[in-house]
Amino acid sequence: MPDDRSTLTRDEVAHLARLARLAVTEDELDLFAGQLDVILGSIARIGDVAAADIEPTSHAVPLQNVARPDAVIASLPRDEVLAGAPSVEDDRFRVPQILGEEE
Amino acid sequence: MAELIELSAAEIAARIADGEASAVEVAQAHLDRISDSDAQVKAFLHVDTEGALSAAKAVDDRRRAGEPLGPLAGVPLAMKDVVVTKGLPTTSGSKILQGWIPPYDATVTRRVREAGIVMLGKTNMDEFAMGSSTENSAYQVTRNPWDLSRVPGGSSGGSSAAVAALQAPLAIGTDTGGSIRQPAAVTGIVGHKPTYGAVSRYGLIAFSSSLDQAGPFGRTVEDTALLHQVLAGHDPLDSTSIPEAGPDVVAAAREGARGDLSGVRIGIVSELTGIGGGYQEGVLASFRDAVAILRSLGAEVVEVSCPHFDYALAAYYLIAPSEASSNLARFDSVRYGLRVGDDGTHSLEEVMSLTRERGFGAEVKRRIMIGTYALSSGYYDAYYGQAQKVRTLIAADFTSAFGQADVLVSPTSPFVAFEVGERVADPMAMYVNDLCTLPASLAGTPAISVPCGLSDEAGPALPVGLQIMAPAMADDRCYRVGAAFEAAYVAGNGQILAGVPRLGSVGAGADGAAR
Repeated sequence: MPDDRSTLTRDEVAHLARLARLAVTEDELDLFAGQLDVILGSIARIGDVAAADIEPTSHAVPLQNVARPDAVIASLPRDEVLAGAPSVEDDRFRVPQILGEEE
Repeated sequence: MAELIELSAAEIAARIADGEASAVEVAQAHLDRISDSDAQVKAFLHVDTEGALSAAKAVDDRRRAGEPLGPLAGVPLAMKDVVVTKGLPTTSGSKILQGWIPPYDATVTRRVREAGIVMLGKTNMDEFAMGSSTENSAYQVTRNPWDLSRVPGGSSGGSSAAVAALQAPLAIGTDTGGSIRQPAAVTGIVGHKPTYGAVSRYGLIAFSSSLDQAGPFGRTVEDTALLHQVLAGHDPLDSTSIPEAGPDVVAAAREGARGDLSGVRIGIVSELTGIGGGYQEGVLASFRDAVAILRSLGAEVVEVSCPHFDYALAAYYLIAPSEASSNLARFDSVRYGLRVGDDGTHSLEEVMSLTRERGFGAEVKRRIMIGTYALSSGYYDAYYGQAQKVRTLIAADFTSAFGQADVLVSPTSPFVAFEVGERVADPMAMYVNDLCTLPASLAGTPAISVPCGLSDEAGPALPVGLQIMAPAMADDRCYRVGAAFEAAYVAGNGQILAGVPRLGSVGAGADGAAR
């Protein structure tokens, strides 16, 4: 990706879609390239804020790392979980082939 | 049964406790109202008639057995479809989860059930809570009961519409950048975003984990407080849940309803008063009237400046899409939901891409790609990292403002409800709906929206919301000031929902035949 983000090209959007595992259509590439560019243009002003020495925030109340007691508890029943899966085989999630032919 | 659907949650609970009405009668009255009006409003994605009647019967049985009932036992509620409900379809407004029946309850759902609250069904929403109009739902467009050609706000628009349409006295929403407050404002009801961490996120389908917060809708501040009290509290299943008990918001609402705000300092945030334009004049006029009412109740009104609020939109539209792109990676076509292209010729990665392409709508794809961009190597510090630092500056602005004022006020949204279709083509036109609500989201601080008037600038008279913001863990201040304002507003102008036109065959407002 270029350093200058003044415009987001169609190819860059196609690259983002690949990274995000979205099989976008040609029409969507045209639409999104324009829209994403406008959105990125309006959020780019975040860089105008001088924040070099500022700590980041993610919670209104500072919290310590939380660990639960090391106790064994029941997991969700297998059948109930598999009931929501798109494809099941031998009491497990069935997935399509992971390696391509060429591999 | 028109009368039962017009009662507040507090009144319904009292009638059930006194035996003047049964919980089954109350549930049936609301289910009838839904059948009668939802073809117009389209608030619900799923109505659970059988479950509602059986939960209601359980409340009636407990009452007959002399068991103690909670303060909302038997009161019906509409649940936003982002909250998982065991045995009830949960889609988060997305095709990718069509038909999924969760095997467990969210903590919010469990608390609702344990309180004896009767869940009527699941409400429509923008897909994965991304939107401000509920038009991004993959299923249907919910209509604003005030004017069926307009949106009910979003993303919790099914919940806000259900409460305004008298389909339920209470509802649950989630608020990431304003998704409880803005829909409450544009439908003339009350909605509160609690302090981040006050209500458990366990079982909420995650959008932006550092911002998402569930909260209550009601038609009165007291009802909203009663539901808040049920929802809030520490949950070991959510590592960001605040371990201390929150304030007593019901007591605060009741204290506020006495109408005395003397000694309370209220800050108007200069950056949220429309100085740069972009706010409707009718909204600003209602806001000025609201401030005058607060002053008449004895409050001291001061002006405060929060300069970094101007960067809230930019920070939000980096943080939320970044976290969304990560959270939504779980929709991989393996464990739940849709799978497309699994025909033996496509690899897992291709099936995943085809599934996500088919299962996600345009706004979700846009945000996933913005987030992917902002988190890419070399951009993280400049975007996500910088936005998290700006959050610190926004929180510091709040801290400084809360040194001068006990609560801060602003309009909840720059606009009243807009027409269906008016803003869908332009993502930025949709995003500016959140201008006033984003600062409290980013700081994790609580804020409530209370109806504060009507504006006819955009055509018909439509409701305007007053946003009241408080420091973290001081949600009680939102309720106290909100209830005081509501009491004064209703005394001077009557119930705002009396202005909702007739829906279905039963009157919902001033012109309702059943009154």
